[in-house]
Amino acid sequence: MREREDEWTGLMRSAISGDDAAYHRLLKAITPVLRAAARRGLARAGQPVDQSEDIVQDILLAVHLKRQTWDTSAAFAPWLFAIARNKLIDALRRRGKRIFVNIDDFAETLPGETPEPTASPSEVSAQLQALPARQREVLQSIAVDSASIKDTAAKFSMTEGAVRVALHRGLASLTAKLRDR
Amino acid sequence: MDTDQLIRTLAADNAYRARPIGLALMLALLAAAPVSLLIFFAELGVRPDVMSAMHNPFFDLKFAVTLALAASAIAVSLHLSRPEASLRGFGWWLLIPAGILVAAISGEMMMPQRTPMMTRLIGKNSMACMTAIPAMSLPLLVGALYGLRQGAPARPAVAGAIAGLLSAGLAATVYASHCTDDSPLFVATWYTLATAIVASVGALMGNRALRY
Repeated sequence: MREREDEWTGLMRSAISGDDAAYHRLLKAITPVLRAAARRGLARAGQPVDQSEDIVQDILLAVHLKRQTWDTSAAFAPWLFAIARNKLIDALRRRGKRIFVNIDDFAETLPGETPEPTASPSEVSAQLQALPARQREVLQSIAVDSASIKDTAAKFSMTEGAVRVALHRGLASLTAKLRDR
Repeated sequence: MDTDQLIRTLAADNAYRARPIGLALMLALLAAAPVSLLIFFAELGVRPDVMSAMHNPFFDLKFAVTLALAASAIAVSLHLSRPEASLRGFGWWLLIPAGILVAAISGEMMMPQRTPMMTRLIGKNSMACMTAIPAMSLPLLVGALYGLRQGAPARPAVAGAIAGLLSAGLAATVYASHCTDDSPLFVATWYTLATAIVASVGALMGNRALRY
C-alpha cells in the first residue's frame, strides 16, 4: 500500500514538471482503485454499481482540474482520496442518498475489475454533446480517434496552441456541466 | 467516452498550468478593490480630522483589528482551498483579531473616560457602519470567491464564510478611516455585526460558487 502510494507521489511530481507519460501512467494506476471504492460506496448506499464509471470519470476530471491545489511536497494519496470522497458523496447525494463515506474505502483497496461495456452512454459523453462545436471536435479527436495535439491541429487547420486552449476549455466546461446538471 | 479515452484526453492536457490560488485571489481582489473604493469615496470619504485622529491609539487600533482579520482570513482561505484541509489547527488564526480587540477593550477600561460606556458602545455611526461595511465588502467578496474557485475546498460554505471575513476585514479597514467612533467597544459591537452579515452572505454564496 505504502509503496504504491509513494509511486503515485513520484509520478505526480514528474507529471507536474511536464512528463505527460508519467501523468498518463498515474491516471491509469489510480483508476482501478477509484473504481473499486466507487462500487463499494454505491453498493453500501443500495445503488446499482454499474454507475461507478460516471463517478470515476467525475473524480478523474476533478483531479485534473484541481492539480494546482496539491502541495508537491506532500503525499499524493491523501489529496486524491479527499477529492474522491467528496465526489462520491456528491454523486450519492445527487441520487438522493445521504450516507457517510468511509476513508478506508479508498485506503485498503484491491483494484476493481474493468467495467463491462454498458449500453447507456456515460454522463461525460452526454454532456460532451452540449459543448461548443470546436471544443467537442477537439476532445473527440484526442479521446476517440487518439490523435495527438499536432495531428488534431493539422486536421482542423488550427495552431497547436489553439488546440490546447480548446482542449482545456472543453474539459473545464464539461466538468462545469457535470457539476451543475 | 470511456474512461481510457478520458484518461488519454486528460494526459494530453498535462501542459496546462492553472494560476496558483494565492495569485488568483490577489488578482481578483485587486480587480474588485476599485469598486469598493468608489463606494467609499462617493458616499463616505475619510474623516476630516484624520491627521489628529492618528495620534489617538484607539483610532490606530481599529486598523490593527481589521487588518489582522483580513490577513488571518486570507491565510485560512488559502489553506482551506485544498481538498484535504480542514479548519482544525488553522482556525485559531481567526482568534488573532479577536485577541487584539479584547486587549484594546481592557486597555480602554483602565483609562479614565469622560463618556459613559454605553454611549461609547452605541456611538454615532452604528447604522453607517452596518451598511457601509457590507456594501463595500460585496465587490471584494465576489472577487474573493472568483479567485478561490481555483481551489477545491472540502466544505464550500465554510470556505465562503471565511472569504466573507476576508472581504469584511478589508472593507472595514477602509471604513475605519471614515468612522469617528474609535472606542473598541463600538468596534467589537458594530464591526463584528457587520462582519457576521458578510460572513453569512459569503457562506451562502460560497456554498454554490466554491463547489467543484
